[in-house]
Amino acid sequence: MSHDASANALETPTLFVPRRKLLFTGRRAIVASVFSSLLILGAIIAVFYLAPGGASVRYFFFNPHQMWQSFTGNPSKGLSSVGAGIITNIWMFCVCEVMVLIFGLLIAWVRMSTSAVLFPFRVLSTMYTDLFRGIPILLVIFMVGFGLPALGLGFLSTQSPAVYGCISLTITYSAYVAEVYRAGINSVPNGQLLAARSLGLTSSATMRRVILPQAVRTVIPPLLNDFISMQKDTALVSTLGAIEATRAAQIYASTEFNFSGYVVASILFLLLTIPMTRFTDHLISKDRVKRLAAAQ
Amino acid sequence: MSDVVLDLQSVTKRFGDNEVIRGVSLQLHRHEVVCLIGASGSGKSTLLRCANMLETIDGGDIFLFDQSLSDPRIDPDLVRRNIAMVFQSYNLFPHLSVLENILLGPVFALKRKRSDVIDEAMALLSRIGLSERANDFPERLSGGQQQRVAIVRSLAMQPALLLLDEVTSALDPTLVGEVLDLLRDLAQSGTTMLIATHEMGFAKDVAQQVAYLDKGVLVEQGTPEQMFSNPQHEVTRKFLERA
Repeated sequence: MSHDASANALETPTLFVPRRKLLFTGRRAIVASVFSSLLILGAIIAVFYLAPGGASVRYFFFNPHQMWQSFTGNPSKGLSSVGAGIITNIWMFCVCEVMVLIFGLLIAWVRMSTSAVLFPFRVLSTMYTDLFRGIPILLVIFMVGFGLPALGLGFLSTQSPAVYGCISLTITYSAYVAEVYRAGINSVPNGQLLAARSLGLTSSATMRRVILPQAVRTVIPPLLNDFISMQKDTALVSTLGAIEATRAAQIYASTEFNFSGYVVASILFLLLTIPMTRFTDHLISKDRVKRLAAAQ
Repeated sequence: MSDVVLDLQSVTKRFGDNEVIRGVSLQLHRHEVVCLIGASGSGKSTLLRCANMLETIDGGDIFLFDQSLSDPRIDPDLVRRNIAMVFQSYNLFPHLSVLENILLGPVFALKRKRSDVIDEAMALLSRIGLSERANDFPERLSGGQQQRVAIVRSLAMQPALLLLDEVTSALDPTLVGEVLDLLRDLAQSGTTMLIATHEMGFAKDVAQQVAYLDKGVLVEQGTPEQMFSNPQHEVTRKFLERA
């Protein structure tokens, strides 16, 4: 036994990776990645050019002239501008964002309250989050957009479709965001609560000064994720007839029999969401680095 | 007015079926330091939390300045403004600078003017030699520094009584000394303290009274001399031999 062990120790163990794994390292790795990227890009382009319907897809979806015309719009032909439409999406999103941040927090706060007086509100807020996380947003838009005007409630029933869209988005996303807040509040260690209460802070001062500032930091990335999908969901308001980017593209398609407007609208949405997505990922990785550093 | 700050009278605390405090009686006088010793899980921390109303008691009564804490008219926030508590895991607020950590209680609980409290807070920080770190965030400090900040944070409330819950247990052995030195300093200047600790040498030095808890029962209480040289009970003797 001891003889075996000493014999093993004398053998030099191999520490090199196998040769086949060395094929793509160093400069060869760069060459390989450029080559594979070109190959895949080429394959996609080839599909567009060589597919039996390639030419018509290029004409109906990626026609530069049609794309430009749909972007700028053409009043003489009764064509709405997709470029102007996206402005509607942007303001709807901006308004909803602020409303959702406020309502979401309110709902989360009520749901986590312990006061006996707030008991009915606690039940209501729980029902609210269950309800509106469970109903497809399109249905909420229909119900609000066609229901509120039908009620004949004066001021409330005479708003534009975009306003009803904002109300629907706010209602639905507040439910999601309330849950995000709640998770953030629960993630703050209990010791923080104990320390704040033992300093004699009231429960609401503890929430405002100690728990929420820490919770908000952890929920920023998931919150931004919800905002990215809300940005896109402003397109659903087109179903109520609000002339936003999607609706303008739809009008364009049905008038000119060309779908290039949809591609333009997609590009405009991407211009909005990609910076936000990158920013969110940046925050997430920054947060991870910070956590790793703190763990050491 | 009597000299008694805190008076525990046969306090009982249950978590479900588990009785963690069984009829503990203990008195704490002004300027007195009492050390609670006992194995982990003997109920030391729970007893401190009960005194601070962070836990509700199931039996007996607690009096703070002759006022029963089980009186429904008692405001727990007011009780806690008079009793400060320091935790094993410091529990500094990570989103606030060292100075803001200290200001939080006086400004938002006592509603004092911020400008009035800043000087006091800085004086407290220089007392522990950390005035230059006032604007740093807690994560930049060592464990010992954090715990000392946590102690002066509670002192900023000018409490009548300080509860310390194993404040050196989470620290590296090399950092324990600086925290104990601060506590010795506080004891000398007459701060009333109830200290749960595993540091027997420290308890011997600073305490006027040492109380030994075993499985929620206060087995024995006396001066450090009595307790450490001539414990009356077998369990106490065994515990002190091991410690």
